[in-house]
Amino acid sequence: MIATNRERPRVLLYEGAGAEPIDAALRRSIVPKLLDRGYTVTRITQNANLGNLGHTELIILGHFTRPADFQSDQGDLKIHTRDVRDDSLETLTEYIDAVAAGVSEARPHWKPWFPVIDYDRCTNCMQCLSFCLFDVYGVNQANQITVQNQTNCKTDCPACSRVCPEVAILFPKYKAGPINGDEVNQDDVRREAMKVDISALLGGDIYSMLKDRSEKAKSRFSKERDDDRALKERQRCLDKLKSNLDGLEIPAEVLSSLPSFDQIQSKAQAAKQRAEQALADASLKPTTP
Amino acid sequence: MSDHRPILYCRCAYAKVLPEEVKDRVLERLIDSNLPFESVSDLCEMSARKDPGLVALSQQDGLRIVACYPRAVKWLFSAAGAAIQTESSQSESSQSESSQSESSQSDAKQPGYIEVLNMRTDTADMVCAKLGIGTIETAEGAES
Repeated sequence: MIATNRERPRVLLYEGAGAEPIDAALRRSIVPKLLDRGYTVTRITQNANLGNLGHTELIILGHFTRPADFQSDQGDLKIHTRDVRDDSLETLTEYIDAVAAGVSEARPHWKPWFPVIDYDRCTNCMQCLSFCLFDVYGVNQANQITVQNQTNCKTDCPACSRVCPEVAILFPKYKAGPINGDEVNQDDVRREAMKVDISALLGGDIYSMLKDRSEKAKSRFSKERDDDRALKERQRCLDKLKSNLDGLEIPAEVLSSLPSFDQIQSKAQAAKQRAEQALADASLKPTTP
Repeated sequence: MSDHRPILYCRCAYAKVLPEEVKDRVLERLIDSNLPFESVSDLCEMSARKDPGLVALSQQDGLRIVACYPRAVKWLFSAAGAAIQTESSQSESSQSESSQSESSQSDAKQPGYIEVLNMRTDTADMVCAKLGIGTIETAEGAES
């Protein structure tokens, strides 16, 4: 059974039996417009059925030559039909949005940035779990690494992918391969293996430097009460930190949202323990492939 | 003979990673063709939301997905609980003709086998040719 998708109606361009093709100019303009606004759009011609993608509302658009009477074997599906022969792009869009407004549940904010694990490559080493300070990763009941809190992921930060020794973490919206899902070659694997000493990154110089700079910035802020100056100092600190992390391409926004030094140490320790525990459990119980 | 395998087009609406010209041109020619198709706003978003539609789509025999890298598409589906086997049309073309013919016939019958056409690397003409809508039509020509 397919779960329901109540967030937005599915729009169907019907050009099958009992209908003529929809005006070509209208077709060409309405489809991309709806897609860009988050709708799913289906085009049906001869010998095709309505299908079921789990929506509870379906809007069928057509240039009908006989009264439209669509039935679905999906019990909870509500069907709206619209003859579009007199519609313009504007009137049709208005109609669809009006139907959607009446049925859509609030759509939670979504940012197009989150990691996806390639389990053909992943060896379950838990390096990503240990590395990520934002608790994006976790383990499932089979002690397999998984993306648990994707909304915690920091936009444009592919650092976990860069430290993955198996090049097994993808960000499909990233600009370059193999992080964007392009095929992985041996050069990529060698490059990743050389990239970062994670223990140094988590426990060593980088965070010490961040702490020192942060304290200096705080001190200056308290003495001079100069917001602009403190911000500039912080920015300089972050720029320098960023240059030391050259190769990881961690955005300034991510660095500026890092927790305090003590919090980082605590989080790193907790993550390390979780990873070690998961690995220990996995060694006792084989993981599901 | 026309290819009746189902088509899924991804608009990649939430990021500018697909060349605009390619995704617009492919969609336009898909619309102008007589082929039925499914089109979605963004496969990444569906994956992130674990949209049940991905499971339903993955069960369509011989599905062809017009999106981005096959490896990304495969694991986006997987993240939503829809296991699929993908093969890019590029690697398929490197097979011998006889084995390609045999595999495309048998693979199309295997639930879960999916061909992925990559709009990040291919031109609109290449993608459309693989979909069997390779002839370049003007708007007027498409109507005549």
